[in-house]
Amino acid sequence: MPISRVFEGSVDYIQILDRYGTADINYDPNFSEEMLKRMYIFMVLARRWDKKNIALQRTGRMYTYAPLEGQEAIQVGATLALEKEDWAYPSYRESMIYHMRGIPLSLVDLCWKGIEEGLKIDPKWKCFPYVIPIGTQLPQAVGAGYALQKRGKKGAVLVFGGDGSTSEGEFHDAMNFAGVLNTPTVFLISNNQYAISVPRKWQTKSKTLAQKALAYGFHGVQIDGNDIFAVYTTVKQALKKAREGGGPTLIEAVTYRIGAHTTADDPGKYRPKEEEEYWRERDPITRLQIYMKNKGYWDSRFEEIVNTRCDKRIEEALKEAEAFKQDPKEIFKHVYADITEDLEEQMKECFEEGSQ
Amino acid sequence: MKMTMAQAINKCLFQEMERDESIVLIGEDVGVDGGVFRVTEGLYDKFGRERVIDSPLSESGIVGTAIGMATHGLRPVAEIQFSGFFYNAFHHIEQQASRLRNRTRGMFTVPMVVRLPYGGAINALEHHGESMESVFIHIPGIKVVCPSSPHDAKGLLASSLTDKDTVLFFEPKRLYRAFREEVPEERYDIPLGKANVIENGSDVTLISWGAMTYVSREAVEEAKQQGISVEHIDLRTLSPCDWNSIHRSIAKTGRAVIVHEAKKTMGFAAEIAARIAEKDLMHLEAPIKRVTGWDIIIPYPPLEKHYFPEKKRIARAIVETAKF
Ligand SMILES: Cc1ncc(C[n+]2csc(CCOP(=O)(O)OP(=O)(O)O)c2C)c(N)n1
Repeated sequence: MPISRVFEGSVDYIQILDRYGTADINYDPNFSEEMLKRMYIFMVLARRWDKKNIALQRTGRMYTYAPLEGQEAIQVGATLALEKEDWAYPSYRESMIYHMRGIPLSLVDLCWKGIEEGLKIDPKWKCFPYVIPIGTQLPQAVGAGYALQKRGKKGAVLVFGGDGSTSEGEFHDAMNFAGVLNTPTVFLISNNQYAISVPRKWQTKSKTLAQKALAYGFHGVQIDGNDIFAVYTTVKQALKKAREGGGPTLIEAVTYRIGAHTTADDPGKYRPKEEEEYWRERDPITRLQIYMKNKGYWDSRFEEIVNTRCDKRIEEALKEAEAFKQDPKEIFKHVYADITEDLEEQMKECFEEGSQ
Repeated sequence: MKMTMAQAINKCLFQEMERDESIVLIGEDVGVDGGVFRVTEGLYDKFGRERVIDSPLSESGIVGTAIGMATHGLRPVAEIQFSGFFYNAFHHIEQQASRLRNRTRGMFTVPMVVRLPYGGAINALEHHGESMESVFIHIPGIKVVCPSSPHDAKGLLASSLTDKDTVLFFEPKRLYRAFREEVPEERYDIPLGKANVIENGSDVTLISWGAMTYVSREAVEEAKQQGISVEHIDLRTLSPCDWNSIHRSIAKTGRAVIVHEAKKTMGFAAEIAARIAEKDLMHLEAPIKRVTGWDIIIPYPPLEKHYFPEKKRIARAIVETAKF
């Protein structure tokens, strides 16, 4: 028959640390005690900060907030896998990345308090300000990677998106450009099963999101996003490959958004409670805790210290954020490099004659 | 029955979908969730996934697909969750929906409605507060409608759903639940392209639409207490605009204040002012005044109050214009 197979592809799924806290004997990275503790502490910090924010939002001390509970392993594991010269392009649900890269937590708080100065991020942290319009960061991260390479920099770019973002044209533009230009880009898609209310199965008919990479000519892999070992190892490898000129990788991290989409959303309207139970049994923090306990690195005293320290850091940051005084005139001053005469006049009209 | 704007639009969609089987809703979270503003609540349960489609997250996909549906006998109502996320779909509106009738000299048309929750003052994040109506008014071939009350929303949407052209239906988010008013249960049409004089007056003409009509009403009241008689025109449809009603009013008052939430430069007030200057110069007793947002990026909630026109600024403009 005049038919021959011209393409074949497959996608692997990777899990190292299972939900009972047991690591695969052959693939256990055997992280040092220090590394394990860093993973643990940052995940706990993320979770406690998240809970605090939800409480703050309820009492009107914060505007709309996008909860991250259940997705801690992805942001913490991936950020620890970054080298100093790499860049991160987080999505709005990966707030902890900013802090882990060195940005004060108080600045991240400002963002969620609706204060523009929260995005006054020094480029030295190599962490791009998040965006709200879904998917726009993806091709931009590809361009950033191209520029790094062209300018002889060593770093790669790690860019985040949600399962929903893979439906926007930009996702496909980004994948295509990354493939064609062979950029040092790692796409990390947090498949948390829902885009607001829309389930993953209505987002795409593809069995996995990872397989989309195959269509663009590069490697795609699916991992357990609640397994910080799998996240760290996979991202680390992909970044290394990218830095060495091996081109892009797409990683689909399978996870679940335990909380609401944002504080303005009610998940009870579109998903069964049992789902949450199912995923709570696969919690990223609990399994690391068990693993560490078995190694003798975790006990209730350690837990107590971690919790207290995290809460202290959260409180201090919040205090600092709440003390921040915004200058309303700033809204006119950064539209252009130099304020125009017309805007000077509008600013005068706005504040001197007093619209408010 | 007393309804909020969200309820009035919901009721209209419900009735129209019962009346016309070709109406299909498509958008992000419009189905099971009932829409992030609860405007499409209950429609999924009643009409099913075939007619109420929770689409993948893609604005160009939503509007492009809707155009295809409209050219083949369906009447889609596409929802863009927030008008600030429309831009990916702009391509389809400008390059196809607005031109198909003209390109084919009427053989192909795109009778569909795109619903766009617009405007700010709802304490939401970046990109959730824009008023970009003039961008669309600039494009010939599509209609732009913007209701200012529950009653108008229901009647204007009903008309839009029988219109022969593509209608962009701008819904002022801040009015979804701001107030209730008496809205007839049964179907009624409010014709597109006709303005509504919501208050007759003789000293100053105030022109507004959408959320700003609501905000301006208080300012009109305040001006009244100072003895100024304001004729308040709510445009209802921005494109095509009811120029005659404007000219008629200016001939009477000789003074105009135009209010919009959008930025000043190239906002629709600029066009209105130009039309008045062209046709009514001899009637004018005072410079035409605009009360608008500033030419800046709309600030986040804590500072957004500095951006939006509000009662005080509008009232001052009325008084200044009346006393000029
Ligand atoms: C272009 C665009 N369209 C719509 C929205 C409104 N919106 C905000 S988040 C969201 C769902 C995103 O889902 P996903 O990409 O899976 O990320 P998740 O929120 O689950 O982390 C939508 C539709 C938006 N922000 N940008």
